Amino acid sequence: MHQNTGPDDAPELVRVLAADGSVAPTPAAEPYLELIDALTDAELEGFYRDMFVVRAFDQQATNLQRQGQLALWPPSFGQEAAQVGSARAARPQDHLFPSYREHVVCMIRGVDPVDIIRVMRGLTHGGWNPADPKNGNTHIYTLVLGSQTLHATGLAMGLTLDGKSGSGDPQTDEAVIVYYGDGASSQGDVHEAMVFAASYRTPEVFFLQNNQWAISVPVATQSRSPLYRRGAGYGIPSIPIDGNDVLASYAVTRVALDEARAGAGPRAIEAMTYRMGAHTTSDDPTKYRTADEEESWARRDPIARMRAYLRGRGASDAFFAEVEAQAAAVAEDARVRTAALGGIPTDLMFDHVYTEPHPLIDEQRAWLAGYEASFEEEPS
Amino acid sequence: MPFSRALNAGLRRAMTENDRVIMMGEDIGRLGGVFRVTEGLQAEFGEQRVLDTPLAESGIVGTAIGLAMAGFRPVCEIQFDGFVFPAFDQITSQLAKITNRHEGALSMPVVIRIPYGGHIGAVEHHQESPEVYFTHTPGLRVVSPSTPNDAYWMIQDAITSTDPVIFLEPKSRYWQKGEVDAAARALPLHASRLVRRGTDVTLVGHGAMVATLLQAAALAESEGTSCEVIDLRSLSPVDYGPILDSVRRTGRMVYAQEAPGFTSLGSEVAATVMEKAFYALEAPVLRVSGFDAPFPPAKLEGTFLPDADRILEAVDRTLAY
Ligand SMILES: Cc1ncc(C[n+]2csc(CCOP(=O)(O)OP(=O)(O)O)c2C)c(N)n1
Repeated sequence: MHQNTGPDDAPELVRVLAADGSVAPTPAAEPYLELIDALTDAELEGFYRDMFVVRAFDQQATNLQRQGQLALWPPSFGQEAAQVGSARAARPQDHLFPSYREHVVCMIRGVDPVDIIRVMRGLTHGGWNPADPKNGNTHIYTLVLGSQTLHATGLAMGLTLDGKSGSGDPQTDEAVIVYYGDGASSQGDVHEAMVFAASYRTPEVFFLQNNQWAISVPVATQSRSPLYRRGAGYGIPSIPIDGNDVLASYAVTRVALDEARAGAGPRAIEAMTYRMGAHTTSDDPTKYRTADEEESWARRDPIARMRAYLRGRGASDAFFAEVEAQAAAVAEDARVRTAALGGIPTDLMFDHVYTEPHPLIDEQRAWLAGYEASFEEEPS
Repeated sequence: MPFSRALNAGLRRAMTENDRVIMMGEDIGRLGGVFRVTEGLQAEFGEQRVLDTPLAESGIVGTAIGLAMAGFRPVCEIQFDGFVFPAFDQITSQLAKITNRHEGALSMPVVIRIPYGGHIGAVEHHQESPEVYFTHTPGLRVVSPSTPNDAYWMIQDAITSTDPVIFLEPKSRYWQKGEVDAAARALPLHASRLVRRGTDVTLVGHGAMVATLLQAAALAESEGTSCEVIDLRSLSPVDYGPILDSVRRTGRMVYAQEAPGFTSLGSEVAATVMEKAFYALEAPVLRVSGFDAPFPPAKLEGTFLPDADRILEAVDRTLAY
């Protein structure tokens, strides 16, 4: 059996909540406790709400795929804390580059979950416009692993060149956060992104979700040393966190983004988490991992942990019931609106291939229209 | 047996016959590949010969080049067509040119297996037709089987080739069944194959399109038009013999492909046929292609990809000359 090489027991690991929901900060968490203490009950409950709602949505989308409504679904099941904490840490003006599993990151920024469904249903390659204010500067999903890390770095370089970062005002300065996985960390693009980021001191946070598996390949095949330690080689300060602890994810990302936007250069975070479900709905994890392993991670469930913590702080039954109702409503709404998604016009494929007229496209669009019309005219 | 099992059997036989043959790719070991083509090979030949690589395509091909330098015969799997591009530099600038650069002192017996083409309803980057990027690169051989028997033999021939071979697997055919004759090799790796006899129009294509051509030919038959069908099999080099023979008999030709038509394989074959069989032609060679737009979202692939109707429309046009 493989040996995971994540930072689970690294001395630098930041964890605030233990698996049972008790507050048990690691030594490395000390500098963050003040920030966490300042969180209001409403904010803490909001983290829980985000995680609970996305899990229900994720389950619904998985079911929709099983019913043949979606071509594919990449579940976020198990990674809720890493995603929610980091997304809640970003400021409204920040730019986010997800990979393809960051459903709740997108939802927190305002992206309609049905827009994510449209991608997986085969209706679009994009689904939302990052520049539309309602999408909170959230870029669309990237399926070529790691390539978004370079785009994020370039955008961050642009922020610096335009003086939109590093002015000293964290309320207006912009930063970038880019998400990628342990598998993606092996791609050349990710290494090149880190070289550029460090060279140009970009206002950027590399947020690596180490969910232990790249489809069937364990993280040990990607890296023999904990991934966060690579940061030092590029000159990028890097912090390992318990990715199933939403408080650690929030606090560490908050500080890293603020440091980055203050001109201190890029930061990296490795969130130690676990993909509790299959890689995608096409995958069968029983082929490569054990039930023991899955159970050991189920005991560290990010949502159960936060629930226990909130109960300890006196959150009411009414609160939990209300979150449950909201989650069910969001999932049901996704189901209903997915069923109502119509088809798309066939000539859509010629839209936006170029921004200026192109004779080949014009010719083929016209040909297709005539061709399709020739069928309609046929007497039935 | 199914196409994917035929490949699996061919790979197993190649590994058994030559212990310098090794496999490398993402998820090819314990999982047996996302299409299960390498299933069971790691259990049989061990982790030294079937490598679950780090997730890095440039790394896979670049290190395969070094392994070939060390005397191995690496067979690389690229998980999906759209993910070959991170390895593009290693394939086109390095793998293709190393023999030439060394003035023949080094050969590069590397096979790169790529599941390609549409019709599986997948998301972006999972259904592309990148064949001409490779056929345009001197130094590479490019082949694509369309039947289980060809899959079985062509993968073995590709592995014994001392040149680099881009081995394109039409992924929509993985589940298609057919006879495999493990006793006799049907044709050499670079031969094209006459699949169906006919007298009026020559239909040519490769990979998954061959099945669509046969479907079109059957439909044409019912309308009184007799089509000959040729499976290219080898995309570089192209074996023109059977194609020219056929066109000299029928006087008409249609090339069908999933890839966009502009500067495509069909363009190349059509131009060559017009040069070499000009006086035999009764009509211009026509091409039926995917559109010159990015491969669309899955809901539109049925419109994007040529089907039997689109091929028949071209057959009608060529007959109308
Ligand atoms: C360049 C590239 N190669 C291969 C793939 C196929 N693929 C999709 S997801 C995946 C595993 C990704 O693992 P990781 O980066 O750890 O992210 P996770 O899916 O676990 O969140 C692979 C191999 C791809 N999408 N892009």
